[in-house]
Amino acid sequence: MYQFLNEGLIEIKVNGELRKALVRPADTLLFALRERLGLTGAKPGCENGDCGACTVLVDGWPIKSCLMLAVEAVGHEVTTVEGLDNVPIQKAFVEKFAFQCGYCTPGFIMNCQGLIDIHPDASDETMHEWLQANICRCTSYQEITEAIKSVLHSDQAQE
Amino acid sequence: MITCNFEYYRPTSIDQAVRLFQHLDQTGKKPIYYGGGTEIISMGRMDNISTGSVIDIKEIPECRLLEIRGSHLVIGAGITLTQIHESNNFPLLAQAGARVADHTMQNKITLGGNLCSTIVYREAVLPLLLTDAEIIVAGPRGTRALPINQVFDQCMNLDKGEFIVQVKVQKPFLSYPYVHVKRTRQDKIHYPLVTICALRADKEIRAAFSNVCPFPFRSRAMEKELNRSSEPVGRRVDKAINLAPAGLPNDLESSSAYRRFVLKNLLTSIVTELEG
Repeated sequence: MYQFLNEGLIEIKVNGELRKALVRPADTLLFALRERLGLTGAKPGCENGDCGACTVLVDGWPIKSCLMLAVEAVGHEVTTVEGLDNVPIQKAFVEKFAFQCGYCTPGFIMNCQGLIDIHPDASDETMHEWLQANICRCTSYQEITEAIKSVLHSDQAQE
Repeated sequence: MITCNFEYYRPTSIDQAVRLFQHLDQTGKKPIYYGGGTEIISMGRMDNISTGSVIDIKEIPECRLLEIRGSHLVIGAGITLTQIHESNNFPLLAQAGARVADHTMQNKITLGGNLCSTIVYREAVLPLLLTDAEIIVAGPRGTRALPINQVFDQCMNLDKGEFIVQVKVQKPFLSYPYVHVKRTRQDKIHYPLVTICALRADKEIRAAFSNVCPFPFRSRAMEKELNRSSEPVGRRVDKAINLAPAGLPNDLESSSAYRRFVLKNLLTSIVTELEG
């Protein structure tokens, strides 16, 4: 049985590397990423699971890192926006101007990347369902939709 | 940030989890079982929850099952709402789960967590009430199978130290005609104004509700009125609504009069659809 009782070091696989982080059992993954590992791509917004600014991938699935304990990530693979290397969805966000202030962008990109990896042929309905988990207060929704559609449907566009 | 400190345990068997709970309880650690943890973390951040230890049940193999076994669909308590939706073994539950919070949250919220939530909506319970699901619970008295209509009365009523291991649904229920509808005040992602799950089993309509009363419920008295096919649908629906087990809430989401208006329209279309 795995147990973690007091503040101490945990080892998490982040962006392909095993990293050690000094956390309490009650600390969130968002806190560990930003304050212990220096990965500030995941943004603190509502810290209540509403805004999606802190979204990362855990074993490929989008997760709001404000609502996951850091210790829960032990034994799993975490990917933050720093772990993406100019992938198509990042290029698409630039090409489509899919942001204004940019604060929500890493969360949106991670959610989009999860969808692209898991359902590369997602329907518009599925895409909207997934995107509703993130909020953009600058209301760049139209451009974000265009960006993800350009990646999801890139195969068809090339054919 | 969660200000209180607690210990984290991740047992790998039912027996380990139960014994751990008893031990931690005896040593004053006020243990709580931990599924997806979304509610525990958000309440912890607001200092609305205080515990000395959490027992994460997601690594217990029985809690991770999602498969047809013999005559039942077995869903482990640690299975997420997304996993249920993606598998689509039980379309009504898949749809109900797909309207809880938002999609990313559904990647974390577990079935067991939603059923035991302290937030009143608990919409994943509605399909289980309609299908007479069996709840497998484990605790100091061992592992027990309980009919959901016995263990769920306004909320999940488990003994101290017990947790939900699995939910079992008889296979025939998985393919009955059904309707799931959730109405919110404005946006799609919101708490429900009214949520209704209904299905037709053996020519009878069954219906379960969330946020029609201050707790989720299925009412046999309401169903009896809804199935009185000799009367016009509108009259049946009116009579059924009058039999709701508590008054319709009058809250920020809506007045009770508006909620009744929405409920009546939805029920009328549901009965019409399911009666074909």
